[in-house]
Amino acid sequence: MIENKENKNVDVPVEEITFNKQLDRSNFLKKVGGGIFASLLLPGVLSKNFTAVAKQLDNGVELPKLPPEKPGEDVILRMMRDLQRALKKPIAERKWTMVIDLRKCVGCDSCTISCAAENKLPPGVVYRPVLKEEIGTYPNVSERYIPRPCMQCSKPPCVDVCPVSATWKREDSIVEIDYEQCIGCRYCITACPYSARTFDAGHNYSDGASDGANCLVGKQTTQKYEVEPVYDYGKQWPREKDESPEGNVRKCHFCIHRVEKGLLPECVVSCIGRATYFGDANDQKSLVAELIGKPNVMRLKEEMGTEPNVHYLM
Amino acid sequence: MNQTNNSELKSLWKFTIVAFIIGLIGLSDRLINGHSNANYGSYVPWGLWVAGYIYLIGLSAGAFVMSALVYVFNVKVLEKIGKIALLTALATLIGALLSIWLDLGHMGRVWRMVVHTHFGSVMGWMAWLYGFYFILLSFEFWYAIRADLVKWSDKPGIAGKLSKFLTFGSTDVSKESVVKDKKTLKILGSIGIPLAVAFHGSVGAIFGSVGARPYWNSGLTPIIFLIGAFLSGAALLSFVVYYWGPERGSEDHKNVILTIGKIVLGLLLFDVLLEYAEITIGLWSSVPSETESLKLIIFGQYWWVFWFIHLGLGVVIPLILLVKGGKSPKGIAIAGFLIALTFITVRLNIVIPGLAVPELEGLKTAFTGPGLTFDYFPSLMEWAVFIFTMSAGGLVFLIGRTFLPVIEVSNQEFEVEK
Repeated sequence: MIENKENKNVDVPVEEITFNKQLDRSNFLKKVGGGIFASLLLPGVLSKNFTAVAKQLDNGVELPKLPPEKPGEDVILRMMRDLQRALKKPIAERKWTMVIDLRKCVGCDSCTISCAAENKLPPGVVYRPVLKEEIGTYPNVSERYIPRPCMQCSKPPCVDVCPVSATWKREDSIVEIDYEQCIGCRYCITACPYSARTFDAGHNYSDGASDGANCLVGKQTTQKYEVEPVYDYGKQWPREKDESPEGNVRKCHFCIHRVEKGLLPECVVSCIGRATYFGDANDQKSLVAELIGKPNVMRLKEEMGTEPNVHYLM
Repeated sequence: MNQTNNSELKSLWKFTIVAFIIGLIGLSDRLINGHSNANYGSYVPWGLWVAGYIYLIGLSAGAFVMSALVYVFNVKVLEKIGKIALLTALATLIGALLSIWLDLGHMGRVWRMVVHTHFGSVMGWMAWLYGFYFILLSFEFWYAIRADLVKWSDKPGIAGKLSKFLTFGSTDVSKESVVKDKKTLKILGSIGIPLAVAFHGSVGAIFGSVGARPYWNSGLTPIIFLIGAFLSGAALLSFVVYYWGPERGSEDHKNVILTIGKIVLGLLLFDVLLEYAEITIGLWSSVPSETESLKLIIFGQYWWVFWFIHLGLGVVIPLILLVKGGKSPKGIAIAGFLIALTFITVRLNIVIPGLAVPELEGLKTAFTGPGLTFDYFPSLMEWAVFIFTMSAGGLVFLIGRTFLPVIEVSNQEFEVEK
């Protein structure tokens, strides 16, 4: 949101501003001007389709500003619009779904790494590895890459086995874990057919690092990063010894802490090939709803009857 | 009564104390460093301690069922070993509970298993069944030794003081009260049999009901668990009774061992049959993930565990000893010892191969880190903690055997009136 002397409350493409911080003043003004122009020209279009202009959700969450819709735009923008529409609905009417286009995935592991950074995953915990499989025989050889987040199954076997009800299926399709309730028995890990759950055994990247209070590297410096809280399931979890999430089972949660603030999951925004899509499958106008209606869609281990909410395009 | 002059008892004390001290080192590592020195993790989430737990809990269920032969079915020949069977069941149960407790990510939250139970989970049921079993076993043991505790109360030293304390003021040793004890024992034992079947069956069902693991996912799994439990428990008891049982060297003692020997032989054959069924059906069915687990057991990195330790030491040699040397109590005791000891490999071969097969192709190399591996071998810390839980159980047994009247054979003359 930019305060402009002539026009109050001008919608400015926030993303563009963020990404173009280095631009000089004239370019900046040009961009802002473009924004003003668009808002003058397309009030009707906006009021009809661009519902994302609303700034706040009922719960007080401020949604990111988005540029007006235009043909050929980045799918990220479309998905963010889908997201904002979904967030305005009651939670029970949302069905968070991920679609991964295997034809576009190049196996770069960006999603795995950005996920580890976003969620500050300790060693031994991984939410979204990319499985690599070699197919064919020489000379017809190729590789297939399958990113594997939590499937957020509609019928999750991990939920049933928990002896203390520490994990459950939310109305918006996310399978949540209550870190305070989880006793760390790891039964759910054995029950998941996708190995999507991992155990936080309390490892830290700074383990065994040498001391170095005021150094660029060294235990103290690294630890500063490691003790920063994670926001799994929208709650704050600082990393303290023997405290949750240490000793717990952890898994991908579709970055629900981001999603509920109107941001896409980290793996979606970091995908260099735009191979991962995210949105509300209950919203027929959303990109994911469109994609999962295609005949080339498949899900992992369909025969298990778990009904995953992660779909793959072949 | 040569309770303390028993040289085998002294040897067991020494051995157990040394093991316990080694175990304490592992325990302190576990308590200080948490799970970071363990080799189980994300892909093989259960390791030696879970195997140790189902091993010990099986021994407990088996020993308990043997005691039920005395208190419920009035099997005369086994009458004198009822108390030591109950003590063995209690000791192994305590070891088992320690093992699984130390395995939890948050040990301080174990109470939630009972307070916040999710009865949709077999594990939730198991917690309750355990609780009942523990209480029932404690009461049954107390009723079994109560009259003898009164008798021992006058003894000098720890034994006398402990016995006096454990009577909890119940000092009536009249015929009526002893008969009443026996009736109570019969009731408790009668409840105990289905309870033992249920709780150990539920441990088996924890594995059997996991659809994601084809090797475990079978209706046969809980049954194999149970038969294995009865076998290993009875086998352990033959060894325990031979060395530390009542009236050593007597004709009665010999008859007891010979009888247990026959039970062990029968159970061993039945267990081998079930195992044969499980392995062959699994291999013939050619479902890749199941055959992979079985191939790991038979031809994998630890093939020798199955062939030499389990089949060789745990089946073939005991079988020869039980069949050929069926008249020798010592042979039976050795066979029992071998079966009971090597049964840990059977438990390991249930837990680990079910997990050591990647659920998705490519997962093995997709991301690495501690615990993100399918090759599992227990770490030094895990072995040490395993030794701790085993020796803790051993100490419970030794304390009971040394300071409590568990091999006292008086009061046998009072019979429950029919």
